[in-house]
Amino acid sequence: MKLLTHNLLSSHVRGVGTRGFPLRLQATEVRINPVEFNPDFVARMIPKVEWAALVQAADTLNLAEVPKEPTEGYEHDETFLRKMHHVLLEVDVLEGTLQCPESGRLFPISRGIPNMLLNDEETET
Amino acid sequence: MARSFQLPMCSVWADSDREGCSLWVGEIIITMNINHKGVLKLTKMEKKFLRKQSKARHVLLKHEGIQAVSYPTQSLVVANGGLGNGVSRKQLLLTLEKCGPVEALLMPPNKPYAFVIFQTIEDSKKAYSTLNGKEIIDDLGQKIFLYLNFVEKAQWKKLGLEALPPGLLVVEEIISSEEEEMLLESVNWTGNTGDQNFQRSLKHRRVKHFGYEFHYENNTVDKDKPLPGGLPEICSSILEKLLKEGYIKHKPDQLTINQYEPGHGIPAHIDTHSAFEDEIISLSLGSAIVMDFKHPEGATVQVMLPRRSLLVMTGESRYLWTHGITPRKFDTVQASEQFKGGIITSDVGDLTLNRRGMRTSFTFRKVRRTPCNCSYSSVCDRQRKATPPSLPESSKEALELEQKHVHHVYDEIASHFSSTRYSPWPRIVEFLRALPTGSIVADIGCGNGKYLGINKELYMIGCDRSRNLVDICRERQFQALVCDALAVPVRSGSCDACISIAVIHHFATAERRVEALQELARLLRPGGQALVYVWALEQEHKNQKSKYLRGNRVNQGDKDELSSATSMKELLVNHMPEGASEDPALSLHSSNNTKEEESRKVPNSELPIHTNRTCFNSQDVLVPWHLKGDRGKDKAVEPSGVAGYPDPSPVFHRYYHVFCDGELEASCQAVGDVSILQSYYDQGNWCVVLQKI
Repeated sequence: MKLLTHNLLSSHVRGVGTRGFPLRLQATEVRINPVEFNPDFVARMIPKVEWAALVQAADTLNLAEVPKEPTEGYEHDETFLRKMHHVLLEVDVLEGTLQCPESGRLFPISRGIPNMLLNDEETET
Repeated sequence: MARSFQLPMCSVWADSDREGCSLWVGEIIITMNINHKGVLKLTKMEKKFLRKQSKARHVLLKHEGIQAVSYPTQSLVVANGGLGNGVSRKQLLLTLEKCGPVEALLMPPNKPYAFVIFQTIEDSKKAYSTLNGKEIIDDLGQKIFLYLNFVEKAQWKKLGLEALPPGLLVVEEIISSEEEEMLLESVNWTGNTGDQNFQRSLKHRRVKHFGYEFHYENNTVDKDKPLPGGLPEICSSILEKLLKEGYIKHKPDQLTINQYEPGHGIPAHIDTHSAFEDEIISLSLGSAIVMDFKHPEGATVQVMLPRRSLLVMTGESRYLWTHGITPRKFDTVQASEQFKGGIITSDVGDLTLNRRGMRTSFTFRKVRRTPCNCSYSSVCDRQRKATPPSLPESSKEALELEQKHVHHVYDEIASHFSSTRYSPWPRIVEFLRALPTGSIVADIGCGNGKYLGINKELYMIGCDRSRNLVDICRERQFQALVCDALAVPVRSGSCDACISIAVIHHFATAERRVEALQELARLLRPGGQALVYVWALEQEHKNQKSKYLRGNRVNQGDKDELSSATSMKELLVNHMPEGASEDPALSLHSSNNTKEEESRKVPNSELPIHTNRTCFNSQDVLVPWHLKGDRGKDKAVEPSGVAGYPDPSPVFHRYYHVFCDGELEASCQAVGDVSILQSYYDQGNWCVVLQKI
């Protein structure tokens, strides 16, 4: 699971609503998968990212510091874009957990796949 | 050459033209029945034969994988000269040998063609030029025209099993000719021997019962009402002998005598478990017959029962396999003299036709007094819980149905399913390619992820309910997670686009289908678009059949199933070789053929089982998937207790709600904050493009 994917995920346990974001990440195994750098692509991702959630996730993985917010004129800042390219797209969480910040529900990540299935009670509306 | 067919969940893009073949077969039947009008139109006839010959070549290649060559060889394939259309070995040989010495004549069982190998090319050339369009009279007195084509190699892959079903035994010459005669004479078919007679004329045979009457209405006996007189006295000594020699352990107390004229038969059946004990034995008198044994998962074995032989069915062969006699006048049997009873192998150099005579069978059974405790509960009338799935009436029932007939099935078939899903559908690719660079796209119900890598300029995440399918996505380096389409763990408004391909038709109530659309819409940012595909009830649109229908091939999986040799059409379509198989999900097994009829008359909400590649008769259906291939990956391979018995392909039933015209749009309108940008029909699917308001 890439951190960009993590940034899109939100707990869907019944009743938690927007308080289900961001999921608390804990990783026991992380791999770096080199991905071809595409500055334009990364630049387009930046405004879509929930920044605080990314900072938090990067922290838990002890990644090179992610700035508190995107730098001014980041579209042309290759150093910044390369760093974000690495954080968003190359860091791959293989084993670990995702935790709903509201309900505490834990979701396992194994072999890079988050299992977000809920049981019937958790989904009933 | 193996053709690769691609099969998306709902339709096929590979073209396959069936009509041509049926037409040809149809014409052949007509041709057989018309009379020549002499030599007047010879050139016209010649032209016609040439056309027929070329069509024969085409059909043999297409449906049997037999490749004809345009240059002379020693070997020829003789279309219409097969055991399957009533041509005997002797008769064909006679015709062929007029052109020169025949090295080998291969006649595959139940096929409407044969292979001949001449000793020299000169002779095979002669046969090619003189026998093409040649009229011969088959064993039933009908005219048949032969069409010959050269082949590189005359060969026939051995099909079927070479072993008897477990627990089956055929003992030859169990009684003497004298005993046979006495038994036959003892049967009084005139019907005036009083109330112990219990004689009936069934559709395809005459029967008589002793000891207990067998009731065909419920396939059992009235255990409290033995018939007066018991078994005929003449049977005692024979039964004593069988007991003494150890062929049976218990003395039977029920006898059914069946009389079959040539052309008669008995439908495939399993003797009701709770009616009779394990051992069932049957004496064949008067004439030999071939009995078909069939495993519930498809394997068929043909067993020759010679005159005066004893058939003993115990264990698996008695409880699990069906047995029956195909109504026909000839059986395909081993040609060699030394062959008497037992399994008919597929040694095509050694098969011929055997004309049936009047056969009388004495079947002895012992009425069961205790409940059946066999280990074949799926076919046991006592143990089987006969509750086929029905249309859900509540959300909870819907969930249960989906769990059993969608989630569980996809997990089981994941690897096989994935291997048949590699070509993306063109219009979905078009949608994905048209999205702006850097779009975030969720594929809800991504299956094996065949759309996740279509456009490298997108950031795509796949979700599926099946862990095994998600594993496949992950192996392909895609971002994917396991979740339910009704509860997608993605924050609202985060997606620039979504796709839902062949997913929503798996939800079992209208409410749940709308919920699934709602969830899809929730993920979209304002202005974001979702593409939705669902399977259509209408598999014919604007007078054009969908590719799903056009790929209709009946029974292609049933390569070794016997059928009554009534028409060539039937034979050709019934015996597709494995090589011609497209999507295994769409190959039919005989078990489904009868169900279509049944499904129409199901009175309650029980879900009908759909016959693949036919029109839908109901919007809520179970669609069979025949699992083949690498089972090890899907499921631990169970050790087979039976040597030589191939792992049968299990059948899974997937639930579908196929959408009717306008239904998808109506469901989308119930969602609220989306507008329908586009709706269309694409190869048997209803499709919409939605936009978040």
